[in-house]
Amino acid sequence: MKMMLPCKEVTRLVSQGLDRRLGFGERVALRVHFAICEGCSNFEHQMKLLREATQQLAGTDPQST
Amino acid sequence: MALPSDFHAQLEGQRDYLLRYATLQLRDADRAEDCVQETLLAALAGQAGYDGRSSLRTWLTGILKHKIVDAIRRSSREPATAIEPEDDTSEFDALFDPRGHWTDAPAAWERPDSALERSQFVAALEACLAQLSAKTARAFMMREHMGLETEEICKELGITATNCWVMLYRARMALRLCLEQTWK
Repeated sequence: MKMMLPCKEVTRLVSQGLDRRLGFGERVALRVHFAICEGCSNFEHQMKLLREATQQLAGTDPQST
Repeated sequence: MALPSDFHAQLEGQRDYLLRYATLQLRDADRAEDCVQETLLAALAGQAGYDGRSSLRTWLTGILKHKIVDAIRRSSREPATAIEPEDDTSEFDALFDPRGHWTDAPAAWERPDSALERSQFVAALEACLAQLSAKTARAFMMREHMGLETEEICKELGITATNCWVMLYRARMALRLCLEQTWK
């Protein structure tokens, strides 16, 4: 039985999950952690917003003519 | 409908902007110039594809983005300037207690739904991006803006996959901390 992941490790895994496919065990450990940790759930949501906004960057240049 | 010569002049008017954008992503004046040239030619050939709904600059930047991604994917060259990876994450240690739990937990950000909120969020993001080191910002933009895979970024920057993940982690942690101040 694996101990609950510390939040610091969760942030590392969430970030890597945006760059590589996480293993099954890693994904389960994240799910379990999110279920009881609001801060890390918020963190994951923030990372999604960050990705969406960064993809849109060029299209919203305020100096567009 | 603009006359061909008008359209040509409008395209030329965007050249400096496109060149700055390409140079920022590629850090190589010759490759940037090539990508911009290809973009302007493609735009001339595909003028009918421009429907006037987005700005000309947005349309051109979309084409250029693909040209840059292609250029990076095509290049089989050894990275001319392998970068020194920035892989120290100790600056984020203070966010966690000794057991690795948040000392200041991330807030629930409101989703920017309206066009106004989206443009405010993007403006905040741009300001935060400007505070990253050039290397970290570049790796982050290649991944999140250009949509390149980690392996492609590693090759382009001459760093290992682990270095790459750490640089992206640093970028994301710094950006969320910065946005936490300006976006709730």
